[in-house]
Amino acid sequence: MGIGQDHSRFKDIVKGRIKENFRRYITHGEMIGKQENEYVKIPIPHIDIPRFKYGPKQQGGMGQGTGQPGDAVDGEAGPGKGEAGDVPGEHVLEVDVSFDELAEIMGEELQLPKIQPKGHKSIETIQTKYTGISPAGPESLRHFKKTYREALKRSISVGSYDPDNPVIIPIKKDLRYKSYKTVVKPQANAVVIYMMDVSGSMGDEQKEIVRLESFWINAWLKHHYKGLQTRFIIHDAGAKEVDEKTFFSTSESGGTLISSAYNLCKKIVDEEYPIHEWNIYPFHFSDGDNWSSEDTQYCVKLLKEDLLLKVNMFCYGQVESKYGSGQFIKDLEEAFPESEELITSRIEGRSKIPDSIKDFLSKGN
Amino acid sequence: MANLTPELEKARIDIKKMSEGYGLDCFEVIFELITYDQMNQFAAYGGFPVRYPHWRWGMEYEQLSKGYEYGLSKIYEMVINTDPCYAYLMEGNMLVDQKLVMAHVFGHCDFFKNNQWFSKTNRKMMDAMANHATRVQRYMDRFGVDVVENFIDQCLSIENLIDRYSPYTTPSPITEELISSGSDPVLLRSERSYMDKFINPPEYVAQQRQENARVAEAKAQFMNPERDVLKYLLQHAPLKPWQQDVLAIIRDEAYYVAPQAMTKIMNEGWASYWHSTMMTQRILTDAEVIDYADHHSGTVAMSPTRFNPYKVGIELFRDIEERWNKGQFGKEWTECDNFDEKRTWDKKVGLGRQKIFEVRRDYNDVTFIDEFLTEEFCVSNRLFVYKYNKKTQKYEIDTRDFKAIKAQLLFQLTNWGQPIIDVVDGNFENRGELLLRHLHEGVDMQPDYMFETLKNVQAIWGRPVNLLTAMEGEAKLCRYDGQEFKELPLRPLGKGEEPEEKTKT
Repeated sequence: MGIGQDHSRFKDIVKGRIKENFRRYITHGEMIGKQENEYVKIPIPHIDIPRFKYGPKQQGGMGQGTGQPGDAVDGEAGPGKGEAGDVPGEHVLEVDVSFDELAEIMGEELQLPKIQPKGHKSIETIQTKYTGISPAGPESLRHFKKTYREALKRSISVGSYDPDNPVIIPIKKDLRYKSYKTVVKPQANAVVIYMMDVSGSMGDEQKEIVRLESFWINAWLKHHYKGLQTRFIIHDAGAKEVDEKTFFSTSESGGTLISSAYNLCKKIVDEEYPIHEWNIYPFHFSDGDNWSSEDTQYCVKLLKEDLLLKVNMFCYGQVESKYGSGQFIKDLEEAFPESEELITSRIEGRSKIPDSIKDFLSKGN
Repeated sequence: MANLTPELEKARIDIKKMSEGYGLDCFEVIFELITYDQMNQFAAYGGFPVRYPHWRWGMEYEQLSKGYEYGLSKIYEMVINTDPCYAYLMEGNMLVDQKLVMAHVFGHCDFFKNNQWFSKTNRKMMDAMANHATRVQRYMDRFGVDVVENFIDQCLSIENLIDRYSPYTTPSPITEELISSGSDPVLLRSERSYMDKFINPPEYVAQQRQENARVAEAKAQFMNPERDVLKYLLQHAPLKPWQQDVLAIIRDEAYYVAPQAMTKIMNEGWASYWHSTMMTQRILTDAEVIDYADHHSGTVAMSPTRFNPYKVGIELFRDIEERWNKGQFGKEWTECDNFDEKRTWDKKVGLGRQKIFEVRRDYNDVTFIDEFLTEEFCVSNRLFVYKYNKKTQKYEIDTRDFKAIKAQLLFQLTNWGQPIIDVVDGNFENRGELLLRHLHEGVDMQPDYMFETLKNVQAIWGRPVNLLTAMEGEAKLCRYDGQEFKELPLRPLGKGEEPEEKTKT
């Protein structure tokens, strides 16, 4: 028994509430706009036990201050404290959920397996941790509590401590400082390369789907890899690397040459991400209308002979557009039946995003 | 037990003596020095170290600790109405704050002990709460956390449906009489006494008597609706023994807390009156004045929409003291309409102290405001009533009229500012349905909350439940039968009409 139990019970209930609405959050993308630093604000109704109570609007209340009748009253409205007894709050409680927690909730909800970083793809990093105490050090690292305790010990042992006037004066010998140790830690590195088809057939809705989906994929991968890097490539008939903002806002017209993106992806990987140090995750979203079957053949060749050998997995998501769904996904599936590294998913609309995320991430590569 | 530092212990002894000198009469007060986390924990538990397991405490705790971590709120003091009286001081507060808290606590404790509305509370509630916790925990172990917790949620939904005045009254003689007079069965005439037990078999007579008593009780119920809905459910709802126990626990605790809600303004006002009196007259050192003033003004600050019981309470007590010192009461004072004379009125009767001690003994918030809130007080404290304006969708100042302010305040205080609901019938329409009645006082209930609450009542009652109320000027019978919620319109209630008939229209 104890508050700890009740507290975790409350948190479970709150998490449950998030879970209940989870698919709604994913598909509506309500909270993406609200992210602040590391946290995502999720509004949670203060869990209110229903009571028979008056509607606040008819009720009014009593206040204090200046102003004429008809002047608006500032501040939170509603009957005041004086209503004797606690009035359950009308306000909505916003709970900060970190990306980590968010990813965890998503993982639980979609039953995603934990990602296993590949073999030797980790490098060592050196970190400093302040864990020790030493009798010498710079003043800025003085440990007040430990110093005080030393001084107290000393003054009690020499008999100068007076409980009625408990004044403790530390001398130089009492001073204690924080000291650090270096810790060597293996760190797994990962990069996600997002590629998107921005040709004329990809409309706003399609891009929104890609945006939502990549947000969640990012959250999940970030949960597993500290210092996750992201790269963005857009392509129509030609490909170029862009920043995140451009990635989601650009609309080009023109044809589609998927190989252009794959070539650029290959170039980035070859130049910047040595495969023995990096876990590499390319994601490609398109509506599947490639220009020609020759180009598709070229893409398959690129994947088979180069990219698939280097990456943890290669994900292709085909978004259904108003012109229907293209041929590319079928071609890929034919070329790589039962491939471990190449994962394809069809995203027919917003409501299919969670399923698609599951398609991509349930392998745990 | 008391773990005060020598410095605090000295302050405690001084302040205790001082409070006795002023005439305060307390139970023994035990102060404990606790950390902020313990403080949040105890506060989440309503001041008690142990409560039955429930997520609601966890929510309180979350909010208190978040508030404290972000520096938004801080609890300085907590005191429990028990004998001996327990009070908590927070570790690391300034000495001047601790002294203020102690003086404040002695004020509360005196109030707990002497205000008549507290005379029926259980002073050993610490033990009772711990006992409740053990019992609920045992039920959870046996029947499952979810099952018991869900039932607690349902009970908490109606925990405010008690009759706050019932501890101070005796059952109405009419009810008793009705039940006893109605229960005599009609006996057949027997000429020969030895034949009597055959003509009127005793078992049959007993059975008849029981049956009649039941009918009479239902009748009495009808004429005398039960305000203590929890009690009615305890006695009549088909509850399992553990459910009955849980409901009884919640009812007990609701009755224990009730007087605190009934005297919030007075209690805080009284405690603030005494901390300010003791601090400023006797305790403060020169160096502490600024900190004290800062803290005290924070305690009694008002904002446009937040009504502060500390402020209204302390000002009213001071106002009463001054008026009774100057003799500003009685026939002569009321009948005087010369403004100048009234302003300089001072008969030097010096009854102020005596009067406020009487007031703290006899009054509760409703009677306190009703009797002592004066127009002068409202004007000098710049009080107003605000209302929601549908056109501008804002809360606006409605009026500064004294009568309106008083009416608004009394409305907010009556029945904790909550709708009054009672049980009219437990066999409504002769189908074992429950009929509740909302005594509509001009303000509608919030429909979504009403519906959810009705659902919970239905879950406890087991059969369909009905609620008479009014929405936007139209009388309604709301009904929930376990599956769907219905609102049936009614024609306005005629005088002396039995509520039962109204549904037939």
